[in-house]
Amino acid sequence: MSDSISIENVVKKYGDLTIIPGLSVEIIDGEFFTLLGPSGCGKTTLLRMIAGFNSIEGGQIKFDDHVINNIPAHKRNIGMVFQNYAIFPHLTVRQNVEYGLKIRKIKKAVIKQKVDEILAAVQIEDYQDRLPEKLSGGQQQRVALARAIVIHPDVLLMDEPLSNLDAKLRIEMRSAIRDVQKKVGITTVYVTHDQEEALAISDRIAVMNAGIIQQIGAPEDIYTRPINVFVSTFIGHSNLFFGIIGKDNQGSYVAFSDGYKSYMTNLSDTCIEGMKVIISIRPEEFSLNEEGLQATVKNCTFLGKYTNYELELPGPMILKNQAAIQYSQDVGQANKIYKIGDILTLKPNIFKINIFSEDGKKSLIKDVSKND
Amino acid sequence: MIRKPHFKFDFWTIVTIVLVIVFALFLAYPLFSLFTSGFKDPETQQFTMANFAKFFTKKYYLRTLGHSFLVTTCTTILAVAIGAPLAYATTVFKIKGKGLVDVLVIISMLSPPFIGAYSWIILGGRSGVITTFFRSVFGVETPSIYGFGGILLVLTLKLYPFIYLYTKGALKKVDVSLSEAAESLGCNGFKKVTTVIIPLIAPTILAGSLLVFMNALADFGTPMLIGEGYTVMPVLIYSEFISEMGGKANFAAALAVILVIITGIMFLVQKYIVNKKSFTMSSLRPIQAKQISGVKNALLHFSVYALVFLSIVPQITVIYTSFKATKGAMFADGFSLNSYKSIFKNLATPIINTYKFGLIALIIIIVMAMFIAYITTRRKTWLTNAIDSMTMFPYIIPGSVLGITLLLAFNDKPMLLSGTATIIIVAFVVRRLPYTLRSSAAILYQISPSMEEAAISLGDSPLKTFFKVTAVMMLPGVMSGAILSWITIINELSASVILYTGKTRTMSVAIYTEVIRASYGTAAALASILTLTTILSLLLFFKLSGSKEVSL
Repeated sequence: MSDSISIENVVKKYGDLTIIPGLSVEIIDGEFFTLLGPSGCGKTTLLRMIAGFNSIEGGQIKFDDHVINNIPAHKRNIGMVFQNYAIFPHLTVRQNVEYGLKIRKIKKAVIKQKVDEILAAVQIEDYQDRLPEKLSGGQQQRVALARAIVIHPDVLLMDEPLSNLDAKLRIEMRSAIRDVQKKVGITTVYVTHDQEEALAISDRIAVMNAGIIQQIGAPEDIYTRPINVFVSTFIGHSNLFFGIIGKDNQGSYVAFSDGYKSYMTNLSDTCIEGMKVIISIRPEEFSLNEEGLQATVKNCTFLGKYTNYELELPGPMILKNQAAIQYSQDVGQANKIYKIGDILTLKPNIFKINIFSEDGKKSLIKDVSKND
Repeated sequence: MIRKPHFKFDFWTIVTIVLVIVFALFLAYPLFSLFTSGFKDPETQQFTMANFAKFFTKKYYLRTLGHSFLVTTCTTILAVAIGAPLAYATTVFKIKGKGLVDVLVIISMLSPPFIGAYSWIILGGRSGVITTFFRSVFGVETPSIYGFGGILLVLTLKLYPFIYLYTKGALKKVDVSLSEAAESLGCNGFKKVTTVIIPLIAPTILAGSLLVFMNALADFGTPMLIGEGYTVMPVLIYSEFISEMGGKANFAAALAVILVIITGIMFLVQKYIVNKKSFTMSSLRPIQAKQISGVKNALLHFSVYALVFLSIVPQITVIYTSFKATKGAMFADGFSLNSYKSIFKNLATPIINTYKFGLIALIIIIVMAMFIAYITTRRKTWLTNAIDSMTMFPYIIPGSVLGITLLLAFNDKPMLLSGTATIIIVAFVVRRLPYTLRSSAAILYQISPSMEEAAISLGDSPLKTFFKVTAVMMLPGVMSGAILSWITIINELSASVILYTGKTRTMSVAIYTEVIRASYGTAAALASILTLTTILSLLLFFKLSGSKEVSL
């Protein structure tokens, strides 16, 4: 039914400016694939190349085995959901959804049946005869989704579809999108800059920066085992410390600048004694302990499920230009809420923390690769 | 304790009251007397329907109404047929010199309408350049420029820019994602245009064409000059009025009532379409112009340039002929400055009058527009709403009707204004206030009331705040509207031609009378001065508003 997408070494240039310098990725038939990255990283550009709204300056894109580089957008059989929905304001909800089917000269009775089905699936039957301007953002979003899916496209492309909705609606809509996508089983490429949304919705995520894919993987892999410092700090929060690889009779360890050692069992073979590294620890990877890193509470924010502490550590220990050093305390397990000025001893979880090369470009954990 | 909001007597109350009095005196009262006099017998001044019966039973009058409808409908259709495709082509495709194209189109729209008629007479009239050329070289008679064809030609060229600008504005609001959505659903080319683009801009085009219709219906100068035997309503009203002048002008008043009712209905329909039928669109990514090549590109450029050239022909003709040597009233071979010498000697008063009356009217307009804009947006009461609706009237009252209305109302003591400069200035203010008012209100909506509140919270009085904060921030919007008012004031003919006397003649009236006298050289020189003033004002407008867009 739907197609796989092969992107082979594609290049995008605007005049002399190269936006995407040669990018390859395989998107599997039926999967929900997300392009995630900060704004300006080229993710929307790539999506629009797949759609046919941007030209391709090099390489090729294939749907299954067909190269589609020179097929115009309207013949690619894609479904696209736009950031601003692009609902036709002069047509009712039903007419919007019918539009693509009418272009395909499908019999009236079939159109009616298909439209009824999809309107029910996205739960907008009640609004079908209204004009779009009478609809809320979430409802417009559902219309856009229905309109794109009803034509049974080979691939579904979504360009930041939830960015114009409020927080609550975003969460509601992302599960709606996910449900419909799984039900129809259509290959979907989804673009977003919201990492939480990407984690929640995707089968696989490609993290992009500066026109280059940093890492591709399942959400939990990308979160727990990022390939480099960019990914570890872009997705979720990571505290970065200076460290040195060492070895003694207890095994291999990374030593913090204050001398505290975390003994590791999963360091890659490229690690040599005396190597300078970056230690990346997420706020929830600390635990209160007798031994560990000494830190002063600088600020504390109670957030219900957990308390977030902003910490102060001796300057030479940590990398500069970090937003904050944080520790999240699970309120369900906590004995005590600490106050500003309290001194905590925090032990990093050696099974969770990540070690990167000194330049931050490569993970030094065993079996972490760019592609899953 | 909660105090009931009560009527506060302050500066704005005084402004409101003064404005109500002004509108009552110069708009409501004259219009009321026009309506009543349409229902009065010229002899006995008793109530009668005879004036209307006369109109609807005499073949001559009905034919005039038929003429008006025919020429107006054809003009509207042609204006849409030219303006809309031109707007689409220049939005979707790259055109070399597009900025100049836009400016020339706007100049042709804002130039005095009767200059078009006059130029086409010089070119294609009985002894016109083209006519004589064809007669002497080929021995053929070109089709007559006078009558239906001429009116249609001149009005179409004058009014298609409305459609062009409206359509362009609408297309600018169409987000390219709508077009892409159609493509992603498998639709492209002609089908995309008919199923998506046209439906989106149709309400705007429709609203624009009703505006064109109203303008064409109300136009006096063009049919008067080039129509000859082909009489239309404004011309009929004018000639009935002039010939009835000794009497009470009741029949002309009845005609005016009929015309106002027609334009009034048009206006309401237009409003309805704009408010109810048009789509609220905001475009983050407007349509980008595409470069095309080859024959298509050449054809595109040729048609655009040819059309723009045709619209600007009157201006070129006028300026060119103003430097021609003259022999008496006729053009002779060679060039000279005689026409200019002659106007500065004999026609200096109209030139001075135009600028003097125009400036006085403009100052009144600016002050009134700012006050009205403020009270109608910030001090909404039933009274300010009433003022707001009153300001709409000038849209539906053709200039010639307004002229008659004012003359009828202020022809007796104690309000004897006829023949004075005041009555001309009143006509200018009433007719051209809406341009400045609309732009003032528009900018006021963009200024947050919290600006004023901030100034007041810092200790300024509300009145001082208005002049020191609000008025200053409004100024750019006010000025861009004011320039449009100014341009249309100096080109005003249809009301002034009824109100003028020898002493209060303006340039456009002088051009009109010179053309009627067949004194083409002096007319051309005057028209050149007027055209030049228009162009300079327009350039100032572009500079002030920072864009090449005009909305009328």
